[in-house]
Amino acid sequence: MAYDLEFERPLADIEKRMAHLQRRGDRMRSDERAQLAELQRELERKTKEIYSSLTPWQRVQVARFRDRPYTNDYVKRMCDDAFELRGDRRYADDRAIQGYVASIGDQTVVLIGHQKGRDLKERQECNFGMAHPEGYRKALRLFRYAERFHMPVVALIDTTGAYPGLGDEERGISQAIAENLLVMAGLRTPIVCIVIGEGGSGGALGIGVGDRVLMLENAVYTVAAPEAAASIIWRDNAFAPDAAQAMKITAPELLELGVVDDIIPEPLGGAHRDYDEAAANVKAAILRELATLQALPVEILLDNRYQRFRVIGLQGITQAVGATKK
Amino acid sequence: MTDESRPAFSAPEMNGAHPDAIARALPENIAVKCPNCRELLLARDLEKNLKVCQKCGHHFRLTAPERIAMLLDPDSFSEFANGLLSSDPLRFVARSGSYADKLVSEREKTGLEDAVVTGVGSIEGLKLVLAVMDFRFIGGSMGSVVGEKLTRAIEHATADRLPLVIASASGGARQQEGTLSLMQMAKTSAALSRLADAGVVFVSLLTDPTTAGVSASFAFLGDVILAEPGALVGFAGPRVIEQMMHQRLPKDVNTAEFVLKHGMIDGISHRRELRSTLARLLRLHGSGAPRAAQ
Repeated sequence: MAYDLEFERPLADIEKRMAHLQRRGDRMRSDERAQLAELQRELERKTKEIYSSLTPWQRVQVARFRDRPYTNDYVKRMCDDAFELRGDRRYADDRAIQGYVASIGDQTVVLIGHQKGRDLKERQECNFGMAHPEGYRKALRLFRYAERFHMPVVALIDTTGAYPGLGDEERGISQAIAENLLVMAGLRTPIVCIVIGEGGSGGALGIGVGDRVLMLENAVYTVAAPEAAASIIWRDNAFAPDAAQAMKITAPELLELGVVDDIIPEPLGGAHRDYDEAAANVKAAILRELATLQALPVEILLDNRYQRFRVIGLQGITQAVGATKK
Repeated sequence: MTDESRPAFSAPEMNGAHPDAIARALPENIAVKCPNCRELLLARDLEKNLKVCQKCGHHFRLTAPERIAMLLDPDSFSEFANGLLSSDPLRFVARSGSYADKLVSEREKTGLEDAVVTGVGSIEGLKLVLAVMDFRFIGGSMGSVVGEKLTRAIEHATADRLPLVIASASGGARQQEGTLSLMQMAKTSAALSRLADAGVVFVSLLTDPTTAGVSASFAFLGDVILAEPGALVGFAGPRVIEQMMHQRLPKDVNTAEFVLKHGMIDGISHRRELRSTLARLLRLHGSGAPRAAQ
């Protein structure tokens, strides 16, 4: 996989030098072999260096990278069996949100996730991961399904946002997302949400209310795309990198703010470097969280879930002196 | 509200002047031009008409104090959850200045602590919990304070089994508090889930504008949803949709009338009839009736 991200240029250079040597194949001299080994070490060192100090805007590039593993890449690697459940039973089957009844380890779960699509054809089918009301209503159907059969819900979040189209307004995209927030808050089964790439605004949150909300190391979670925020507040979307910085959208920052509960490490150089390792990490995190959550009586589970969201933002509020408390 | 302290002055000469020029020349507390029909309206008459244009029926935006005065019985309002101020959790700074400074200037401009006012009051003697948003305060946006105050209002309604009315006026989640703002959508919706479990009625009133993170959370979770005529209501703004779809949109997209037609709300209420409409709903839901014996 080539180093295509702008800040990966030093890595691309090293790789080019390596490729040059490798072309010599069996004719490589022993000093060249040593040189190649040294370049390999340098590549690793440099990758570590770059990826340990990514700016928020660079993380946005990684989270959106076209080769980043998507929901179905995880399903393929994490699930021993996965039966796709399609359609909202009202209007359509939205390919931007896909759902499965699936086995992960010793668990049977209902797995729901945004799917951006890999090649152009799939991307168009999936509307680039921007879901319509039908996607959220399919998710709603599957939440109920999970509750009925006492299966936990796993939600993989990866969207730029819900699709802002005319038909979406006509069919009530606001209502569809809002209802999911309310239903997820009260769903009588454990819910684990994982932001695997882009957590874009209400379109992400529409499948993002859970007992535990985790983020992959290079995922981002935003109230609005940095470009949109920049055009609103900076009046110029060229300031997207500034907006990305100011809005605190990275996993470590959101862990600190209490928006997410844990960070899932990615393979060196990002999840796209090693799908298997990324999927193994995500699977381990899901099984670990479910083991804890399933030990709780459902009333405690629901109380904890309520409190989890109830306290978010309180650290950003001060009580004016002399005001009545209630 | 603060206009009373302004010095009196005499109106300038306006013989033969273009109405737009007159509107510009007149301070807002004397005359206002209707943005819909461009009629020049005397502020005093407009106030008397609940800020509805006498000519075309355009509903001007109301401030939260105006809305509360218009909806509730006189002197029945008792504010709660006041005194909560945003402490700028992200230390947000943009090119145009810091959010901390913006908060100070918005508080001065509006006389409010943030973009929502919450309390209890009565309509035709029927007690309720009321939350009213104010678009003047950073576009009525929902940050941590708005989310917390709304949640307390919902919890208050749940605990005291009082009907809840929320009048929305908001462009959505507050960008300057980042993902914390987004999470207020989940927080308020979770509280509404408990209100629904308790069987307490929630009437959501959509006023101009109600969009994005607010429409996609509590505003569209009303048991009954009403809107004011002509209010902008929707997930995305019409301009965003046009950019996305590369097509011109019909004029009524994302108005109160549009969402009524598409089955998303129960009705549109002229401001004049709002109070009596809400009173009817509260009565139908048993407010004011003696409690059934246990």
